Amino acid sequence: MSAPFARLPNWAEYGLIPLVNLLVAFLISGLVVLFAGENPLRAAYLMVYGAFGSGEGIGYTLFYATNFIFAGLAVAVAFHAGLFNIGAEGQAYIGGIGVAAACLLFDNSLPWFLVFPLAIIGSAAMGALWALIPAWLQAYRGSHIVITTIMFNYIAQAFMLWMLINVFKPLGQMAPQSRTFGPGGHLPKLDWLLSIVGLDNRNSPFNLSFLLALLAAWLVWLLIWRSRLGYEIRTMGHSPSAARYAGIFEKRIIVTTMLISGALAGMLAINSIMGDQHRIQQDFVAGAGFVGIAVALMGRSHPLGIILASILFGMLYQGGAEIAFEMPNISRDMIVVIQGLVILFAGALEHLFRPAITAAFVRMRSRSAATETAGA
Amino acid sequence: MDYGEIISVLQGTIRMSVPLILTALAGLYAERSGVVDIGLEGKLLAAAFAGASAAAFTGSAVLGLIAAVFCSVCFSAIHGFASITQRGDQIVSGTAINFIAMGATVIIGQAWFNMAGRTPSLPPESKFDGSWGLPFADLVAPIPFIGDIYARVLSGHYWLTYLAYALIPITWWVLYRTRFGLRLRAVGENPGAVDTAGISVTRLRYQAVLLGGVFVGLAGAFLSMAVSAGFTKGMSAGKGFIALAALVFANWKPKNILFTCLLFGFLDSLSIAMQGKTLPGLGAIPVQLWQALPYILTVILLAGFIGKAVPPKASGRAYVKER
Repeated sequence: MSAPFARLPNWAEYGLIPLVNLLVAFLISGLVVLFAGENPLRAAYLMVYGAFGSGEGIGYTLFYATNFIFAGLAVAVAFHAGLFNIGAEGQAYIGGIGVAAACLLFDNSLPWFLVFPLAIIGSAAMGALWALIPAWLQAYRGSHIVITTIMFNYIAQAFMLWMLINVFKPLGQMAPQSRTFGPGGHLPKLDWLLSIVGLDNRNSPFNLSFLLALLAAWLVWLLIWRSRLGYEIRTMGHSPSAARYAGIFEKRIIVTTMLISGALAGMLAINSIMGDQHRIQQDFVAGAGFVGIAVALMGRSHPLGIILASILFGMLYQGGAEIAFEMPNISRDMIVVIQGLVILFAGALEHLFRPAITAAFVRMRSRSAATETAGA
Repeated sequence: MDYGEIISVLQGTIRMSVPLILTALAGLYAERSGVVDIGLEGKLLAAAFAGASAAAFTGSAVLGLIAAVFCSVCFSAIHGFASITQRGDQIVSGTAINFIAMGATVIIGQAWFNMAGRTPSLPPESKFDGSWGLPFADLVAPIPFIGDIYARVLSGHYWLTYLAYALIPITWWVLYRTRFGLRLRAVGENPGAVDTAGISVTRLRYQAVLLGGVFVGLAGAFLSMAVSAGFTKGMSAGKGFIALAALVFANWKPKNILFTCLLFGFLDSLSIAMQGKTLPGLGAIPVQLWQALPYILTVILLAGFIGKAVPPKASGRAYVKER
């Protein structure tokens, strides 16, 4: 038993096993739907139809996917360094301050293409700032980053509510939200992108931040696999002691990685604030930061995998809305269950089916080897 | 803040600490055996839901309690399977449990009761009775201060409250005075040595994790069937995580758990009493700050500004028998 798992071909390693894990997660989700007294097959049909049945549905799916790409990249960058950032939710929420500040200050004086870079800088800076304290505490005080980032999610909730009431809310208004931005605070929609393939985006908020997310994914790929810092991050993730022997300054890597992770999470805020709501309001992240964990695990922390996993979760979100409309018992919280099951099967139980699949491969190989020798 | 308020804050401290103590003890058993259990929060929530639902259906507090414990133990078994048998990442498994519990309690609650994620309000006879008087409480009550402490702060709680406090010395005894405890501590420090002695690492770890499940089940029942009369969406509100922090701050020692949980319970109780009040010299403190205070203090305590925490050496690492 020195090598517990035999080597599988790449397509099985990166395609078949994640697919099997995913299927099991969905099967169990189906059981939950059944438990709630609805037909899981009909739910699956409604979901796929709601997500891909119309141009607008696809627009919404990609709009949600944009959030998840940012969150997934944030979690994945931290994963590569062996850090588990559960705080993407709070970092994205705080990132909203940067976007809202840029928009509220310049929306009536500057065009959107000048406000956009300011919003990117602002949101990334605020997200990074919110990740800095847990990072510093992990690096220099040894406090576990999982618990501190969770605590920072709760603190972000209270702090943002205070900010919305005392800073962003215009006088004489009741709801804890800012005023609606002027034209400079609206990102252009990507109707043209969908119309290339003959789809009509209609009312979905699918916007420019999707392209920003793809750009961020490419940059993360460059960072992790094509840069010195990325090499150091991966070394530390594989073996902190090896990194130390190689002269990599562990504490600096922890802080830098978490700053990048927080900045990516912060940029999530651009999509919903500048791209959709055109104002900052309470709880605009709506759990997208947590979905990032499932997305990163499913995408195996690779940008390409994250994009695919994000589109899948975007489908769940958009299709889930359709289900909630038709089946009142199945609310959006179903997504949270599916997310948990995906984390369980793609993360903690990722080796559950590996022995069986490996055994099947070995059997197939020995059989084909036997026919070859018989043929020769 | 007057005398009566101070007494009621102290009474609240005793009450608020109960779920923290039970959950932290659950974490203690698990981590001492080498399994990190970040899913305590989810189990607490699921147990609170199971308890309140069973009590609502059957009208019996005892059946509610059994359902809460059963549900929590089931989740513990999943965590055990993932992290002990499958040697998966323990943090990832715990996170998954938290999400599953968060979503499933709402979905199932909505399907069963159709009350926007809540369970029906429990009538007094199907929740726990909250007036267990200590002996001689009436006799001692007239004595100033001591009488108030005994009769109003310490007396008149739920039996689960007294059980939770009693479990602290019991846990100390189990950990440090029994064969099981010795093995448990050893398996969290050096599982290889325990294995060499011919004792099953897997079995010990499962025992610890499942025992923790029982404790969290009690804590969940306490939340939804004692302090409140029913389940509300997300009612654990981070208590599982705060209990973990209390465990770290207590340096994984049973007697310290009492003090750290009382501290967090006191903060909780104080923040409820202080909401909307002005402090001399500081003016009105925003409600949001009071709400965030337990979390902020958790971070400060975790930062180790008070003392260095030394976790069990093998906690968080799966045991591989052969290399």
